Amino acid sequence: MTLSEQGPLSPYRILDLTDELGFLCGKTLGDLGADVIKVEPPGGDAARLIGPYLDGGRDPEKSLYWFAFNNNKRGITLDLEPPEGQALFKRLVAKADFVLETFRPGWLEAIGLGHDVIRAANPDTVLVSITPFGLTGPYSRYRATDIEVMAMSGCMSLTGDPDKPPLRVTFPQSYQWTGSYAAMAALVAHTQRRRTGRGEHVDVSAQACMLWGFSHAHTFWDLNRSVEKRAGSFMTGRTITGAKMRVFWPCKDGYLNFIIYGGEAGRKTNQALVEWMAEKGEAPAFLLEKDWRTFNIEQVTQEEIDVMEEPIAEFFTGVTKAEFFEAVTGRGMLGYPVSTAQEILADPQLKARDFWQEVEHPELNRSITYPGGFARFSEFPCRIRRRAPLIGEHNQEVYGEMGLDDGELARLSDQGVI
Amino acid sequence: MKALEGLKVVEAAAYAAGPVVGKHLVDQGATVVHVESRIRPDGFRTHYPPYKDNIHGLNRSGLFALCNSEKLGITLNLKKGPEALALAKRLVSWADVLVENFSPGTIGRLGLGYETLKEVNPRLIMLSSSNLGQTGPHAHHPGFGSQLSSLAGFTNLTGYRDGSPQILYGPYIDYIAVGYGVVAVLAALEYREATGRGQHIDLAQYETGLQYLAPLLLDYSLNGHIAERDGNRHREASPHGAFPCAGDDNWCVLSVASDEQWRALCQAMDRPDWGGRDEYATAERRQKRADELEARIGEWTRRFEARELVEKLQAAGVPSGVVNGMDQVYDDPQLVHRGQWNRMDHPEIGTMSYQRAPYTLSESDGGPDRRDPLLGEHNEYFYRELLGLSGEEYETLTQEGVID
Repeated sequence: MTLSEQGPLSPYRILDLTDELGFLCGKTLGDLGADVIKVEPPGGDAARLIGPYLDGGRDPEKSLYWFAFNNNKRGITLDLEPPEGQALFKRLVAKADFVLETFRPGWLEAIGLGHDVIRAANPDTVLVSITPFGLTGPYSRYRATDIEVMAMSGCMSLTGDPDKPPLRVTFPQSYQWTGSYAAMAALVAHTQRRRTGRGEHVDVSAQACMLWGFSHAHTFWDLNRSVEKRAGSFMTGRTITGAKMRVFWPCKDGYLNFIIYGGEAGRKTNQALVEWMAEKGEAPAFLLEKDWRTFNIEQVTQEEIDVMEEPIAEFFTGVTKAEFFEAVTGRGMLGYPVSTAQEILADPQLKARDFWQEVEHPELNRSITYPGGFARFSEFPCRIRRRAPLIGEHNQEVYGEMGLDDGELARLSDQGVI
Repeated sequence: MKALEGLKVVEAAAYAAGPVVGKHLVDQGATVVHVESRIRPDGFRTHYPPYKDNIHGLNRSGLFALCNSEKLGITLNLKKGPEALALAKRLVSWADVLVENFSPGTIGRLGLGYETLKEVNPRLIMLSSSNLGQTGPHAHHPGFGSQLSSLAGFTNLTGYRDGSPQILYGPYIDYIAVGYGVVAVLAALEYREATGRGQHIDLAQYETGLQYLAPLLLDYSLNGHIAERDGNRHREASPHGAFPCAGDDNWCVLSVASDEQWRALCQAMDRPDWGGRDEYATAERRQKRADELEARIGEWTRRFEARELVEKLQAAGVPSGVVNGMDQVYDDPQLVHRGQWNRMDHPEIGTMSYQRAPYTLSESDGGPDRRDPLLGEHNEYFYRELLGLSGEEYETLTQEGVID
């Protein structure tokens, strides 16, 4: 098979010892063709008990979280603590081009498999350590789940109503940010390895990855000592008067995201909206007469914004999400409905681009619709080639490739090593 | 030595989605050229606060500075006819990578579509980043990330139950696409090393965002279940949320994923008796009484300073963290330890805290080591020294306003 069929990373093997903080790293490299081997403790990874589940039951072989973030991986089990497990692990490392891990800093050292041991077993490998705060430093030993990362990165201070607690996104986000940015880091180190022939140790901090999630909000402090804060359904930071613009508007069947913007795109949008309102006889005279060419969003006052937003809010209450989507795409306006999973699955754009991918799950006697690749490459596919592994599904295959025979595998299994 | 030294990147790109791809490449040593024109500078210079001291100016934008550190800044007015087109093609033959985020179709209309450029440079890797992709019925729909984050489902999952969706500050999804964009470029480079062939990458910000929500898309297509926002609550862990601390609008978060952590929290609160109470004995029961429980925990947390409380909870084995404000991320001890911010002087901004990569490499250095460029600052250096224009050519193109 060639790279143009299998993807550019198909010559490389990756050992994936990550939990949910790093799942997307191996998955992303797998999308590009890498042979990713997910190494789970005997009995299966704890993250197999992250929901939602197929058919609702708490079954480690039916976690949709697992399905979604561990496809394009083969799966083996291995206990890293006993000497025999460690010996096997070192043999695996010797053949691995990348090793990905998310253990709490210090744990690998404690069991005798410190980063230096792993790198000594294969100096050419790129070792990627993914942790909430980094391998060293005052918070490196802190325990953190998604909400702690979202808090410590600063993200939460920008989300929520001013008179209520700061918010995270209800579905964890920091894990995916960290995993996908770790994939970037792994490939940067790999690019260097092509030149030097040597691997590197990559230290990825989830807290630092998440900093990009809120763009440039912190620069208001850096430049002008003003602090951006959570503002509920409003957008701040786009004016120098401090005026804030409404983002979310109740409509007939949910919410719309529409913002009074400035600039060329904003001018076109505001003009098109007023025309649409006028067609329905709902544009007040002052909006019809407004000269958008001279409208300067940076200088606008809160009073001006409030006056403009009132009739728009009234108008949107009579519009459905689908009508709004048709209007914005048809009229070249900025704005989108606040979509749910149902609407995303039905989106004609994604269908036309053949985004969704049917993946066979023979163990379930069915196929499942997955989001397809993250990009279109003109030279090679970026897609799901295999569903996520069952527990220990590829033990025989992977250990067999290393020369272990069935007898040895049975013995290791009896001893609980695999 | 930096990992990507020698890689040559041209950005015909503005705002975040294109230029921050270049930002991640330049941080690792690539030479990145940010192309603008005086008739249309990068929108982040002109339309997006903050400006230093709230005074508008092309070289006073904190957002532009953040996204473009260490790049070379040049100008090229593509509307100046055949000379401009010829110069653009010279840039492309110099480059390994071209990053563009015009709306789909635009770069083709300018005469610089991939089919044309691959004739100029067959080894070129061209990354086209767009809202909804280069093809499909909505390809030409203009959009900003702050709104695309709604189409892609993120804002529906953000907010209090029964309340309005909430914004994720800015163009949240753009920076998701940026991460994948860099991965895509590096994968294409790997392919080129092996085959000698360049290629075109169609990166739809929408499709990259959906990667982050994949389990919920499966949940709908398989179970018919539509995930909704529910504040800081967690489907299984409890308590799980943000709690007030001493002072004005200071908060911490904590999360309890096991009964052991629950008992540890009760010990830390000096309420070991709660650890034994039946109505709180399991996560399921704690969830049923979450309102009451959160209020009680809040009464306790508000007695402490946030960092002090987090130390205490972490020592007890309970995951917790400070809700850092935008003024606190610059002196967060952990981020400072990692050297996350690189403070450098800028002639109009003064001192600016430039951001470094979220990862470090054991044997390669990371930038940025230079501030962002003023508009057109590196015209002469780039066009003469790197691209190799003669003095005469450079003068003529400048006089004609091609280099404006």
